Amino acid sequence: MPSLGADMTSGTLLEWRVKPGDEVKRGDIVAVVDTSKAEIEVEIFEDGVIDELLVAEGTRVPVGTALATVRAAGGEATAAAPRARAPLTVTSAPPASAPPAPAPPVAAPPVAAPPAHPAPAPHLAVPAPPQPLEEHRLRASPLARRVAEQLGVDLAAVAGSGPAGAITRADVEHAAAGAVTPAAPALAAPAPAAPAPAAPGPAASGAPAPPPSPPAAPAGEPGDRALAMRQAIGALMARSKREIPHYYLQTQIDMSRALAWLAEENLRRPLAERLLSSALLLSAAARAAAATPALNGFWVDEAFRPAEGVHLGVAISLRGGGLVAPALHDADRSSLDELMAGLRDLVTRARAGRLRGSEMSDPTITVTNLGEQGVELVHGVIYPPQVALVGFGAVLERPWAADGMIGARPIVTATLAADHRASDGHAGSRFLTLIDRQLQKPEEL
Amino acid sequence: MNEQELHAVLIRALTEVAPDVDPAAIDPQTDLADQLDIDSIDFLNVLVKVHEQTGIEIPERDYPKLSTLDDAVAYLLAAQPRGAGTDA
Repeated sequence: MPSLGADMTSGTLLEWRVKPGDEVKRGDIVAVVDTSKAEIEVEIFEDGVIDELLVAEGTRVPVGTALATVRAAGGEATAAAPRARAPLTVTSAPPASAPPAPAPPVAAPPVAAPPAHPAPAPHLAVPAPPQPLEEHRLRASPLARRVAEQLGVDLAAVAGSGPAGAITRADVEHAAAGAVTPAAPALAAPAPAAPAPAAPGPAASGAPAPPPSPPAAPAGEPGDRALAMRQAIGALMARSKREIPHYYLQTQIDMSRALAWLAEENLRRPLAERLLSSALLLSAAARAAAATPALNGFWVDEAFRPAEGVHLGVAISLRGGGLVAPALHDADRSSLDELMAGLRDLVTRARAGRLRGSEMSDPTITVTNLGEQGVELVHGVIYPPQVALVGFGAVLERPWAADGMIGARPIVTATLAADHRASDGHAGSRFLTLIDRQLQKPEEL
Repeated sequence: MNEQELHAVLIRALTEVAPDVDPAAIDPQTDLADQLDIDSIDFLNVLVKVHEQTGIEIPERDYPKLSTLDDAVAYLLAAQPRGAGTDA
């Protein structure tokens, strides 16, 4: 079970996307995990052949538990770490020929296992990616809908046990099985899998041990989900406000050139290739971040570590509440088309589908574009251990003086919240100025 | 496509973008973005899906003409390429 967030202690394996005998390549999505805040697609980080699935769907296990074994092509089976940071417990599964793909038992509640809440394992190491702060106020989750379709269950006839009566997968299965399985799938870990002595994350050095975080929400009950999400937001944002000495800057940017260029450009483009002004803002922010290393990286171990590339976290509000801030990888080197496609894909998956583990853990600086909702100004709260958060308000027509004349122009207010341990106002100011400058030359974005 | 088919295409696109929306609860004459809490990216995604299903090209300046369900159906009906009922 990979760690998909600084405060994640366990996760529920929702769905296997592979079965024994399947060939997998690094980066393939092998499973879907519910962190109690979000459903995340888990990628595998090695090539091989799936040997055995060790954890049944619907089971909640501590971070660090081996989920499956993978045979290297023709080699020995090793416990699969569907994320580099999950421990590679080697098991002794023989390199046997793959068994005939047994359908993994669905939601088999493990018997009499201890309510394995992994001891508050110190979450060193995990570079505290932005938390998947998700709330499900949906009347039915996408997964529940899919399962209902597969099982031929009429959602209208299912009583939801989730927050606000949302129908969960368990409810659907419950209905399909004539209520044979308990509604809440397995609180316990099946194996005495030790509570994962903290996954060695990419930044294996241990972020400043998160302060006594509130107990991770009590697991699998769908009803606990909203609570878990609020706790995750609370823990992360409180940590940010407690530990990070924020400083704030703001500037107003004339968007006339950028929007005129955009309208012209979109005239030539077929629908699916059209750009939104968000793409321009993101591109400008990413390029400015690349030129301002003190704002792009992580504060870890009482020191700033600049990041290698610019992986732009994009705050995406979720339907029904909550938000996630997954990464657009290498945003500073992406074309507007790539950014736009990436943004559409991320938003679509964040709201109606699923994000991937790597997207959750990679952002080096985050942008929030609350302008979509119409507000003029947003002062953000930094996602630890990142050191800066960029905010864009709505593009609004405002009186603007230029060349001794006052006219009405589309104006956006850009803000920066930055960690004063890692940078000073000088760098922050330069950053916002760079964003402005780039937006005056949209054709170069 | 006829009116009903276009309506169905729109509903499918909208519910793909906003899975929690009950199609029956959509007021056909109220602004979709406000009603369904969808933003510009969601809206673009809806239009792209509609385009994929119908082949209808919608210029950016016409976006406001598709702001309600009724308006959108009417727009798409009128915008169908000639002969679309058979070859689209």
